[in-house]
Amino acid sequence: MERLLKFIYAYRSFFTFLLLELLCAWLVIENNQYQSTTYFNTSNQLAANIISKSQSVREYFSLRDINSELATENSVLRKKLDQRNQLLYAMELKNFREPALINRFDYISAKVINNSTRYYKNFITINKGKVHGVLPGMAAISSTGVVGKVKSVSDNFAVLISLLNIDDHVSSIIKRTGHYGTVQWDGLDPHLIDLKYIPRHVELKLGDTIMTSGYNAVFPEGVFVGVIKSFKLNEEAQFHTIKLELSQDFGKLSFVEIIRSNLKKEIDSLEQKTIGEPK
Amino acid sequence: MIRNGIVNIVSFFLYILIQVLLLKNIVLFNTAFCFLYVAFILMLPSEMNTMLLMFIAFILGFTIDIFYNSLGMHALALVCVAYLRNYWLATITPQGGYDAGTSPTLSANGLQWFLVYSLPLVFIHHLILFFVEAAGFVLFWYTMLKSITSLLFTLTVMLLFQYLTIDRRRK
Repeated sequence: MERLLKFIYAYRSFFTFLLLELLCAWLVIENNQYQSTTYFNTSNQLAANIISKSQSVREYFSLRDINSELATENSVLRKKLDQRNQLLYAMELKNFREPALINRFDYISAKVINNSTRYYKNFITINKGKVHGVLPGMAAISSTGVVGKVKSVSDNFAVLISLLNIDDHVSSIIKRTGHYGTVQWDGLDPHLIDLKYIPRHVELKLGDTIMTSGYNAVFPEGVFVGVIKSFKLNEEAQFHTIKLELSQDFGKLSFVEIIRSNLKKEIDSLEQKTIGEPK
Repeated sequence: MIRNGIVNIVSFFLYILIQVLLLKNIVLFNTAFCFLYVAFILMLPSEMNTMLLMFIAFILGFTIDIFYNSLGMHALALVCVAYLRNYWLATITPQGGYDAGTSPTLSANGLQWFLVYSLPLVFIHHLILFFVEAAGFVLFWYTMLKSITSLLFTLTVMLLFQYLTIDRRRK
């Protein structure tokens, strides 16, 4: 026993080294879990305050772009609303109301205070949190497309897993053909993303639109993801190798909308009852 | 001694602020990152205890991780650098040894020695960091490219900082 203690004491720095590295490795693995409840990231009050100060300085340089982008989005939305109203009148559906379905999604607008595109695992910090109704697992979109999912929240801030994160998957659909696949980033170019699991019999065209499928109740269906930029079919592959051009320029992200799905609980509990616990 | 301690504590926070407010936003060619905070661990006094060094490295890495949303990664890489540092210092001792109470800096030991000292340690830090982030060797060559370009960038900034602070130290 004494020898053992002496041995440990003689190599104490090596054992401390091992201990610290194991602790770090555990933290890394723990942080890889989708939706962790950690506070040691930029949703941390102090860190978020420092970052939002520096972001507010940087923001002055892009105010013009942000304004014009928001103005364009407003006009597009107004036009859409008008068209929709006309359509409803024409079909005499104006009085049709199913509150649960109409209010299926709530939108919470938030400002991006921290964003990266150059790592393999990119995250986005926003200035809305638990107080504003943001919870882990919610979807985030912008005017031009999918942004990501909420990973962890503090009282006033939240961290999103960006779509540009090699761990993030989004169920998507090819608009023209109606085939389902999964969108996942390969970690290289922040403008391109992979579409996986499209079977080889599907005939693709360059420029086909990819949207979210709405199959996982996180994203509403029909949110724009991107268009097909290139595709190829290897001799023995089961699936196409498809590259999409992202509709969202992640380098310029300034505002996002968090989507609260009011029916998610109902869908989840129904699926759990019939299919069983998710694995 | 006490004065040195205070200088080190102040520069600890300075390194963190420079890293998260300034250098975090600077990425060259989409592949070259600058992790200047490694220099803080490299510049601590030569005879500092390895255990203490590792604990400081852990705290520094952990703080950087909070701002990078990468819990554990920077801490892991930096603790490794802190562990290897003293062994490496002992291996490359210049003739006549180190002066007591000094830090292994550029001004104390010259450019050539400093490059031999810092280059492998910074490279190890970057390799660990990028490969842990990539979670494996799937993107091996791209990750290697990232490590090497970042190594050049970090070293350049580190040398610039050293040259800028030399005169003040001598006074």
